[in-house]
Amino acid sequence: MIKHDVVIVGSGLAGMRAALEVCENLDVAVLSKVYPTRSHSGAAQGGIAASLGNSESDSWEEHLYDTIKGGDFLCDQDAVEEYVKAAPRVIYELEHFGCVFSRTPDGKIAQRSFGGHSKPRACFSADRTGHAILHALHEQLLKRSKSIKIYSEWFMHSLVLDGDSCNGIVVSDIRSGAVEVIQAKAVIFATGGYGRVFNITSNAFASTADGVMAAYNAGLPLEDAEFVQYHPSGLYRQGILFSEAARGEGGYLLNGKGERFMEKYAPSRMELAPRDIVARAEQSEIDAGLGVDGKDIIHLDLRHLGKARIMERLPQIRQLGIDFIGVDCVTDPLPIQPTAHYSMGGIPTDKFGQVIKDAEGTPVKGLFAAGECACVSVHGANRLGTNSLLEAVVFGERAGRSALEYAKNISHASINESHEKTKILELFESIFQQNGDDSYNDIRNEMKKVMTENCGVFRDESRLQICIETIKKLKERYKRGKITDKGKLFNTEIYEVLELGNMLGMAEIIAVGAINRKESRGGHSRTDYPKRDDENFLKHSLIYNTGSGVVVKYKPVIITKHQPAERTY
Amino acid sequence: MITFKIKRYNPEKQAEPYFEEFQLGETDDLTLLDCLNQIKWTLDGSLTYRMSCRSAICGSCAVKANGHAILACQKQASQLVKDNDTITLEPLGNMKPIKDLAVDFKPFWDKVDKVNPYLQSSKKPPEKETKQSPEQFKLIDDASTCIMCGACYSDCNVLEVDDNFLGPAALAKAQRFVQDSRDGETLARVKELSKPGGIWDCTHCGECVERCPKPAEPFDRIKEIMTVALEQGVTNNNGARHALSFTKSVKSSGSLNENIIPVESVGFFNVKGLFDLLPVGLRMLFKGKNPPILHKSIDDVEDVKRIYMELSE
Repeated sequence: MIKHDVVIVGSGLAGMRAALEVCENLDVAVLSKVYPTRSHSGAAQGGIAASLGNSESDSWEEHLYDTIKGGDFLCDQDAVEEYVKAAPRVIYELEHFGCVFSRTPDGKIAQRSFGGHSKPRACFSADRTGHAILHALHEQLLKRSKSIKIYSEWFMHSLVLDGDSCNGIVVSDIRSGAVEVIQAKAVIFATGGYGRVFNITSNAFASTADGVMAAYNAGLPLEDAEFVQYHPSGLYRQGILFSEAARGEGGYLLNGKGERFMEKYAPSRMELAPRDIVARAEQSEIDAGLGVDGKDIIHLDLRHLGKARIMERLPQIRQLGIDFIGVDCVTDPLPIQPTAHYSMGGIPTDKFGQVIKDAEGTPVKGLFAAGECACVSVHGANRLGTNSLLEAVVFGERAGRSALEYAKNISHASINESHEKTKILELFESIFQQNGDDSYNDIRNEMKKVMTENCGVFRDESRLQICIETIKKLKERYKRGKITDKGKLFNTEIYEVLELGNMLGMAEIIAVGAINRKESRGGHSRTDYPKRDDENFLKHSLIYNTGSGVVVKYKPVIITKHQPAERTY
Repeated sequence: MITFKIKRYNPEKQAEPYFEEFQLGETDDLTLLDCLNQIKWTLDGSLTYRMSCRSAICGSCAVKANGHAILACQKQASQLVKDNDTITLEPLGNMKPIKDLAVDFKPFWDKVDKVNPYLQSSKKPPEKETKQSPEQFKLIDDASTCIMCGACYSDCNVLEVDDNFLGPAALAKAQRFVQDSRDGETLARVKELSKPGGIWDCTHCGECVERCPKPAEPFDRIKEIMTVALEQGVTNNNGARHALSFTKSVKSSGSLNENIIPVESVGFFNVKGLFDLLPVGLRMLFKGKNPPILHKSIDDVEDVKRIYMELSE
């Protein structure tokens, strides 16, 4: 059995930041199903928010209000307050680590405007901010390689829980197929999101709900899973991201008639309204037949910015346009559409990264979570752009600190290794032996299609019902799938099958959360309940796995400084 | 229709690699990665390769297409098609294949580790950010775009014959710190990078610049480290002496004095190094390939001198 003081699952911003916190005192392992620099945090483009006030005066109070209003008042305000207050400190720390930031003429970290933020607050490194921070943190891990062991290309299968405490995880080495138990005093989940359940998504192939489903399968609830963010500028059909920074720098959104349609939806903020509002506006235009050439296309027009500005501030997305669709945004508008981008929901934690298992805040001892897989909740019903990198860093640090404090004075609990291992070995064996006649690829495609079509930007009762029923059928078909590769060596096929299993579970949870929330709030928009309903739904949902199926419970929202108000831009 | 001729390798089943062909009909608007996925998901689930972001930022999916390393997600399949509508796919070079198109990146990462790839500064950081001008940012901007995909490492001509070479990616990473205004170890870094296996072992072929899918373009970064090394006076090594002798020879005569450059490169007082040159010199002599004993300047040498003069201004 492998043994570490603390094991962190996931090596994006949250996981690596947590590792740096723990490694000063304890032995820590970071497990990733890819290599750390391949983590999806690296795909974040536009920036990381902090009220540094480097280009205009700013304050944490304004950042607090923007975040709460952006989240349609579903954020837990005590957590948001600590989070926005911590922002400047963690950004300076990243800078001291060596992170490369674009600069103002007087040498400070440059900041740009972003949707829903009332001040230019996004610190950035051209249009590859996530990449810059990811590599800066990876550099710090390499510097501390004596106390941080990296397990690259290892897959996490399940949590080892004993009553209310977590004692380790069951994992396997993707390269050799060997199943192992990692015994740990504390486990931190930083496993990211699950956008791959949708057809049109900005997410990497690795974003498949493995962490959240391991928690759910262990009997823990998932919070606010119905809130999925659709990013307004995904590349048409592919869904890959064209940063909101393109609009932050002054880009226009145009419908098929060449109109800046945001005038109708958010006259004061125009293209820089929060993402949920912009994505809905785009989808409304498309649904009204006003897409470009009558298709699901909106134009992102950057031509008026000029080549010099584009090359300085948005070089990567210009290259993406050229490489992926042969469109140079210097001379032509980019074809975009809303794309599933971010999960506001996740494993419920308190504001210190401690995983909790019910509305009363009962902790699961030794289990912590941070980043997109967690729900603190600082984003409420809709996350503002640039707040996710900040969340990963702030709560990565906090989860690391909490795990360290918890683990430093206790010893390892015993684990029934063979029992835990056997469960996973049997799972592998059952897939190998299954020999069904159904295609996992078809099942995956049908799941993605039904989720994008029926659980997308706009939702209603009957479409969500179709979703839930389809997913249930797909789950049955999943048991009759057929696998070709039955070897142990670097068998990526079987890991894709396991990921699909997780995604089917997650898809149902999203749809169940969505059908039960009979209101429209932030990223969750019901055409049959078009208004926000504070009387009945100013609460977080907690979705549990019970023997008899999915059960939804609720917990109150923590409101401190800002009472819910009408949300207009 | 495109035929994908893919090098298959699975030591669990068969010790030797072999080529297998797959055909796809509809490939319009598909990237090479989309095609690999279609093959895996509809034709042969055992096909093995790495991928993740599909937007050219995670660096997972580099493979060799028609003999050259590329990011599979970044290129349209139709643009890669060669004769007979075929694309030949192989694993990256200079690393050991594990299975099909997946290779063992360990030597790649080990070399990145060797360049102390993190900011080093003994100064206590300021309360806020360390100031850095936009011009200073520009010096490290290109190197910081590296996604560690290994395309340069795969196609590096030096690595093919010299395992000890740090390789383009690690050296580009090194430049990121050598020229970072916040780093306090510039001299120590360029001294280390001037040792065998470092910057001077690059043969300037420029292959890494051709292969780099990002603006990192390692050879340009290597040249920048060379410049810093010379500016810092780190010249007590063959590479630096060679560069200086080369420059001096062209400046004074307009061409290379091939008698002097090897001697100046190893150093006048490096007895062993000079003896090592002897066999090559003698062989050249016997074959009549030795340069003229008396080195002559070219006719337009004054023009060359004028160029040097203008450059130094």
